[in-house]
Amino acid sequence: MTTDSSGAAGPTHGPRHKVVEAGVAVLFALFGVVVIIGSWKAGINWGAEGPRAGFFPFYIGLFIVVSSAINLWHALRDGDDGLFAEWGQLRQVMSVVIPTAIYVGSMPFIGLYVASIIFIGYFMRWLGKYRWLTVLGVALGMPIVTYFIFERYFLVPLPKGPIEEWLGL
Amino acid sequence: MEELVNLFHGFAVALQPFNIMVMVLGIVLGVIIGVLPGLGGANGVAILLPLTFSMPPTSAIIMLSCIYWGALFGGAITSILFNIPGEPWSVATTFDGYPMAQQGKAGEALTAAFTSSFVGALFAVIMITLVAPLVASFALQFGPAEKFAVYFLAFCSFVGLSKEPPFKTIAAMMMGFALAAVGLDSITGQLRLTFGFTELLNGFDFLIAVIGLFGIGEILLTMEEGLSFRGGKAKINLRVVMETWKGLPKYWMTSLRSCIIGCWMGITPAGATPASFMSYGIAKRVSKNGKNFGKGEIEGVVAPETAAHAAGTAALLPMLSLGVPGSPTAAVLLGGLLIWGLQPGPMLFVEQKEFVWGLIASMYLGNLFGLIIVLTCVPIFAAILRVPFSIIAPLILVLCAIGAYSVHSSTFDVMLMLGFGVIGYLLKKCNYPLAPLVLAIVLGDKAEEAFRQSLLGSQGSLGIFFSNPLVSTIMVLGLIALFWSAIQEVITRLRGTRTAAA
Repeated sequence: MTTDSSGAAGPTHGPRHKVVEAGVAVLFALFGVVVIIGSWKAGINWGAEGPRAGFFPFYIGLFIVVSSAINLWHALRDGDDGLFAEWGQLRQVMSVVIPTAIYVGSMPFIGLYVASIIFIGYFMRWLGKYRWLTVLGVALGMPIVTYFIFERYFLVPLPKGPIEEWLGL
Repeated sequence: MEELVNLFHGFAVALQPFNIMVMVLGIVLGVIIGVLPGLGGANGVAILLPLTFSMPPTSAIIMLSCIYWGALFGGAITSILFNIPGEPWSVATTFDGYPMAQQGKAGEALTAAFTSSFVGALFAVIMITLVAPLVASFALQFGPAEKFAVYFLAFCSFVGLSKEPPFKTIAAMMMGFALAAVGLDSITGQLRLTFGFTELLNGFDFLIAVIGLFGIGEILLTMEEGLSFRGGKAKINLRVVMETWKGLPKYWMTSLRSCIIGCWMGITPAGATPASFMSYGIAKRVSKNGKNFGKGEIEGVVAPETAAHAAGTAALLPMLSLGVPGSPTAAVLLGGLLIWGLQPGPMLFVEQKEFVWGLIASMYLGNLFGLIIVLTCVPIFAAILRVPFSIIAPLILVLCAIGAYSVHSSTFDVMLMLGFGVIGYLLKKCNYPLAPLVLAIVLGDKAEEAFRQSLLGSQGSLGIFFSNPLVSTIMVLGLIALFWSAIQEVITRLRGTRTAAA
């Protein structure tokens, strides 16, 4: 795929690597703090039957906080001043993440098959710009093949929605 | 001698028609997985794992391990023909493989790559056949302290040997341990770190993490780079294969060295990727053609491929004999064992002889079949890469979703998978290693259990980990691995001052 959506924007626009790296380190540290709080609630000392449930994760949390503090310091001191990614590239990434989030979020309601048909169709039509015939072929073909391989041959049930119920599958 | 009898029995198991069919299917799927961007050994096996729930465990592990061999072979195809490493461990193969393809020697490069892969794997399998039963019988005497020491060694080697900054490795690894701790505590039966969310009762399944981190994360990275596939045609005929084979034996020294590097890096959980780079680097320094490396030198294909395949295979040795996987893919296979109701570790060699030796025999056969299949079908596999990414990407995403769902039949897991995917993208971009994270999720509970049981025995004193020669040795090895980069620096500095003084 040769997408060159960032050509006009120029190669210098986008978040700095340093900033993202520092952000990731901070998120790591927050995660560590959550782990410490959770362990504290579960009890981090010794009980009647030995170390209590929070004993081990408490130290894990400490390790996370300490190592991400060091990572943060490294990122700010001598981090990479270059670009993390261009805005155009990030837009590409988001053009996958957002539809996938909708796809995944709709699955409990409309089932995997219908969601997959719409998702593949959207992806091929709007991002790939294929002819409708190709789009329909792949978007319908893949879930049907999946149905026969998973449900019929290997007996692995997949989530179904109202349409499958109506079809009596 | 008993091992030989067991191995022959294993061949009888592996050569059953159903198992041969499963083997071929696994190899073909594996090569496809290895060729496609976004699907790799670890998440490919994770996605297909649910398909094996209804199979007998021996056939299931044969199929899954063959997917792994196939993926190892497949990575070479894309590196050589398209200059796109399908797998991280085939990055080093592009250095000389792609220039060879540009000079019209794609056939030679592919033959050399596949053959070296086979040699590397064969070496590692022979090593497993000889060493694994010994390690297992030795490990039968391990108590909780020794078990923890082995985990300690495994995780320390990650910190010391990986090319990522050590504190990033530690942060990623500890995140894995924390995720493993979520849910029911196996010793006290108490809930922890769930913060009242009922979805978190069972904790985080590492299969979901593998599919998200490696599968979705990889797709996002590929999307960002905006891939364009421009590749040479692949033509292999018998004449080219024979010509190349005639030339290969003169690189036996490179092969042997790469085999040993690969086995070593595979057993210590450094994995196939650093093994391939290290082997390439050393071959470049030692070889008399070293200055031609990077311009299409066949030796530059032999070295990394042999090491990567040897490491990938050797990673199963600690998985089988100790229950400590040497790579993310081995970790997924270990997860499979647990699902089929088998307890990985030394007892496997005593209680599940047929399973273990069937698997080992299938490694010999699987790699042989793999070599034949890839040599004959390269053009077909290369054609897969010409399918545009905007068709492949949604199909892979749907496959990932199906894989994530079918682990526990839970749509919440599918959402988690996407979350892990975004995390995987960010971590990969910020140079955090993903393998220790996954391995920590897999081994977290076991490591914690061993740690707490040892402390119970010693009334909370850490001295238990240095209480006898065996456990102290393993712990000291672990500490050496942990501070390996610092130790190396001191050694080079000492050498520097000595030469300066002289």
